[in-house]
Amino acid sequence: MTTSVYASPARKSVLEQKQRSERRKLMLYGAFFVIALIAPYVVYPVFLMKILCFALFAVAFNLLLGYVGLLSFGHAAFLATGGYTTGYLLSTYSGLTPELAILAGMSASTLLGLGFGLLAIRRQGIYFAMITLALAQLVFFFYVQSSFTGGEDGLHGIPRGKLLGVINLADNLAMYYFVLAVFMFGFAVVHRMVHSPYGHVLKAIKENEPRATSLGYNVDRYKLVAFVISAALAGLAGSVKTIVFQLASLNDAHWHMSGEVVLMTLVGGVGTLLGPVVGAAFVVSLEHQLAQSALGDWVNVILGVIFILCVLMFRAGIIGEFQKFYKKNFK
Amino acid sequence: MSMIFGVPIAVLSGQLLLGLINGAFYALLSLGLAVIFGLLKIINFAHGAFYMLGALCTVVLFNTLGVNYWVALILAPLIVGVLGVLIEFFLLRKIANEDHIYSLLLTFGLALVIQGVLTNIYGVSGLRYPIPEVFRGGVNLGFMFLPYYRAWVIVAALVVCIGTWFMIEKTKLGSYLRAGTENSQLMQAFGINVPLLVSLTYGFGVMLAAFAGVLAAPIYSVTPVMGANILIIVFAVVVIGGMGSILGAVITGLAMGIIEGLTKVFYPEASSTVIFLVMVLVLLVRPSGLFGKEA
Repeated sequence: MTTSVYASPARKSVLEQKQRSERRKLMLYGAFFVIALIAPYVVYPVFLMKILCFALFAVAFNLLLGYVGLLSFGHAAFLATGGYTTGYLLSTYSGLTPELAILAGMSASTLLGLGFGLLAIRRQGIYFAMITLALAQLVFFFYVQSSFTGGEDGLHGIPRGKLLGVINLADNLAMYYFVLAVFMFGFAVVHRMVHSPYGHVLKAIKENEPRATSLGYNVDRYKLVAFVISAALAGLAGSVKTIVFQLASLNDAHWHMSGEVVLMTLVGGVGTLLGPVVGAAFVVSLEHQLAQSALGDWVNVILGVIFILCVLMFRAGIIGEFQKFYKKNFK
Repeated sequence: MSMIFGVPIAVLSGQLLLGLINGAFYALLSLGLAVIFGLLKIINFAHGAFYMLGALCTVVLFNTLGVNYWVALILAPLIVGVLGVLIEFFLLRKIANEDHIYSLLLTFGLALVIQGVLTNIYGVSGLRYPIPEVFRGGVNLGFMFLPYYRAWVIVAALVVCIGTWFMIEKTKLGSYLRAGTENSQLMQAFGINVPLLVSLTYGFGVMLAAFAGVLAAPIYSVTPVMGANILIIVFAVVVIGGMGSILGAVITGLAMGIIEGLTKVFYPEASSTVIFLVMVLVLLVRPSGLFGKEA
């Protein structure tokens, strides 16, 4: 009788190593969670909420760029659509609870994502970026001209309302824990997707699309589903952000916002789960610091320089470089 | 006054002319994008910034050194073209072997830097540049008034577009360029200096953008952000036409300008979005673009 392959010492050590790295990951997430729970008592909660909203936005974006290899330059459209829908509903219907308004915002951006996706996946590579950018500009002009968005002025003084009709979100701490819960939900969705068989097919498409096609996968459908989910989560981020700041403006729909989410993902690490979160925290904090300093007018220049440096030298991003460093020195 | 479809002919032809001029700019810019894409396989997100640099160079050269329009027409594209060659040599070349998405992001970052720096220097209110003396006034064609300068813009843009087409399709240098588009490694093996060709191609594409900028300086308000919005429209034009053919890019550019002009007459609310809507239609009917070869 031969020894089972499962019992071989080599296999065992591989399994053990895997378990150890899983445990380490769990500890890391746990540490993040504990920090997130304590953070609002140390740092201004609205600032933290801004980071969480943009982190969710970047996580959604990274699902496409990092795991399917699709560069969308139109994600601002989903952020804005979620925000405007939620904002409009909350300021028009006073009895509406925030979670329903968020669901509506998310549904609107999901539908828009379906439309964008159906059009954009007809072309590949560089065309994909141009098409999504052009479609987002179409949406931008639509919002400029529409009356329900308030045009150039945007929507102001949107009531936060009571979550489920019970919890008053006007309280910043309550609001913060709600935003944290929403973020964790979005992160969990992407985490689950990436580690599912579906996510592995996405990675296969990213690595070698013709081969994935030849293996019998309906590549376009996989791409479309990923695009729609990414749009839905970006819309969720926009909806929640609108409630936090009680305003929805054209800034969210501008191409500049689409560029910013690319930068967040790139800085943090494309194709890593935590990368977009770290990147969003970095970019939001940087902008916050710059806005208060004498360099306020130079924000765009500095963002552009970071873009260039990242592309030239740190393509793996903060998390990616850290992983490389860790693997080289501790394994 | 005579009317067509309930619109005075003078209004209609006036908007058609404006559309044709916008179309000439779209044509020049998408041509430059197509030339760069052909050899470098990247989309130049900084193209709008180079267009703006051309216009701004013209104004600044005039205000500080009194350089006249005709000299600027040569000098500004040359200055911007040299800048383009430097950018290709020092930045783009470093990541030529990486995923093309990174080159795209690099040019996007460049556009942010160029626009940001110049906004801090010149503000966003817009600089004015006088129409050159020769082109002041215009001619009454009976059904419309044709300002000389606008006629010149269309003629100059068309001449440059056709000249570019001729150079690429009919000359020896153009044949190198086309060969490089097909297979640059093989061409390198034949002893042609491909890296030099790549630098020059990027410089030339950028020069076309700057040339469009010089033409635009007297009729549009010159601001550091003037290139950003037009670039997104040009992207839509490129998607509509496909980047497969030079003449295709030119024809699509002009046609989109005219469609935009007509929309201004008949349904002004949609004039800023009509080109994007055409893009959606083309993607539905003919995904590879009107003149495109690749899927």
